[in-house]
Amino acid sequence: MKRYLLAAGLGFMVILPFLPISIYYLHLLILTLIWAFIGTSWSLMGKFRLVSLGHGAFMGVAGYTTALLWNQFHITPWLGILAGIAISVLLGFLIGYPSFRFRVVGHYFALVTLALGEVVRFSIIAAREITGGSLGMTPERVQPPTEVSWLALQFTSKRYYYFLALACWVGGLLVWRWVNRSMSRPALEAIGEDEIASASIGINVTAQKLKVTLISAGMTGMGGILLGLYNQYLNPNTLSGIGISLEIVFLSIVGGMYSAPGPTIGAILTIVFRETLRTYFGVSLAGMAETIYGLLLILFIIFMPRGIYGFLETRFQQYFNTPADPKPETVPTS
Amino acid sequence: MGIFDFFLLEAIINGILFGGVLALLALGLNLVFGVIDVIWICYAELVMMGMYVIFTLHSTWGLPLYVAAPASIVGVGLLGVAVHLFVISPILDSQPINQLLATGGLLFFLQSFATLVFGADFRNLGISLPILEFYELYISFSRLLSFGAALLGMIGLYLFLTRTFIGTAIRAVAQDREIMGLMGVNTKKVYLITSAVGGSMAGLAAILLVLQQDIHPFIGLTFGPITFMICVLGGLGNLIGGFMAAFIFSQIISIGSFYVSTELSYVIAFILFIVMIFIKPEGIFKRSQ
Repeated sequence: MKRYLLAAGLGFMVILPFLPISIYYLHLLILTLIWAFIGTSWSLMGKFRLVSLGHGAFMGVAGYTTALLWNQFHITPWLGILAGIAISVLLGFLIGYPSFRFRVVGHYFALVTLALGEVVRFSIIAAREITGGSLGMTPERVQPPTEVSWLALQFTSKRYYYFLALACWVGGLLVWRWVNRSMSRPALEAIGEDEIASASIGINVTAQKLKVTLISAGMTGMGGILLGLYNQYLNPNTLSGIGISLEIVFLSIVGGMYSAPGPTIGAILTIVFRETLRTYFGVSLAGMAETIYGLLLILFIIFMPRGIYGFLETRFQQYFNTPADPKPETVPTS
Repeated sequence: MGIFDFFLLEAIINGILFGGVLALLALGLNLVFGVIDVIWICYAELVMMGMYVIFTLHSTWGLPLYVAAPASIVGVGLLGVAVHLFVISPILDSQPINQLLATGGLLFFLQSFATLVFGADFRNLGISLPILEFYELYISFSRLLSFGAALLGMIGLYLFLTRTFIGTAIRAVAQDREIMGLMGVNTKKVYLITSAVGGSMAGLAAILLVLQQDIHPFIGLTFGPITFMICVLGGLGNLIGGFMAAFIFSQIISIGSFYVSTELSYVIAFILFIVMIFIKPEGIFKRSQ
């Protein structure tokens, strides 16, 4: 039953761009898919209490790698994507391995990743000769201009980008399912509860954490590349700044980072909410939409730390009297 | 040229003075960090609010600076109390990372609130302080002022913590928050006072920053991260360590900007921070018991 529903849902997603919807809505759909994918990537770490405040770092290095390879050496983004993901995985390793080896956890891990985001942002700005600094850069248009360039991954129609984003999002959910079904999930949950105790029963703490970090870093890098390709514009502040790293965290929290649909629901809510408020208030009250958004975020973290999906899930299970899994609600004793 | 390079000397002196600003910024955050064990990730945004308080009172309402400046200290102090009452205390017992994220939400809120009320334009008080010249060395007077204020703030905070009853209680709670509750100390009250003092320090920093920089809603992002790094590098809650770390960072940035570029010197400073967390997570100046 569930399988048919999923297949029907996916089928609907595939025909969606061919329905008569305006370009504006298609644009919102693409953005939602990309952010849902990035949120899913972040939650892969976040749900195991590896709270990173520097995922913008991965988006930045990967996005810029792909764009620079194209602009400087005319290497197709197809190879650029591979290079970008490889570099963000490498960056994930450089920050992850020592962090986990020296047991940098909680606040400290959050601050280390925050610093990593700043390192990447400032490095991009410092290399302004090739990256354009804080003014940002645009990937060169393919010459001669064509409607559809598979080589440069540049398309006039948004539909192509939609399918690119859809593929990544579905891929992200499959990776989530794979991690969830692997032995890493119980291992990482145990590590999240008590690191020393898990090490004492033979879990390789460093290797398990590193595995999920590298996956998350690579996927987030892909998300950054997607944003760069879709917008045809990269900017260190909107790709690697603290604001963007926090936004990834927040959309995952709002939706609920403990279950697969959570980050996607978070992305939908965030984008729908923002766009509605923006069109409602217009330019007359700049900042009103974000003010309400910020206020709601605080309320969410205080009253619904498991997010909307987590909240509904718990309520649903209570209603049908099926016992909910003992999901992490307890406070770690450290 | 040789060792005694005039421009290098100037960079070093300006670095020391810049360190004063950073030290002042780190002071309040460090206090909150050490006592309540919460990272106010919106700390730089509190400073930004203080700057807008001064701007509104001085430039819009035309009040003199000696009214506007203390108003910033009091106003941001009250804001600190509000942050603790409405954001931190409901989730004080939840995972530490939740508190960090809640103040992250507050960061968004304050930024956009400032955009809503004051607009996204760059504003300044229109006061330009002189640049002092000693034997061809050019030193910014406002930085000298911040350096002095940072020293005074530091000494004042030290005296408050060591010479007053409530200060002693704050230090005791920082050492063991559970036992102090049992010993009859009202931890809630201590937390509130700490938040008020931490907020006032942000207000004090705002006074000095407003003299040097233009105000805009996103200014917090430019000096927020470096402030956290300083607090951690100095050892959380270690006020003197934080003070020293501010000068190490400012020298790296100042001398780095002299030899390479400002951005690269920030990169070096942040990488140094990451490496230091790996090898000495308790801070470079280990807290003396």
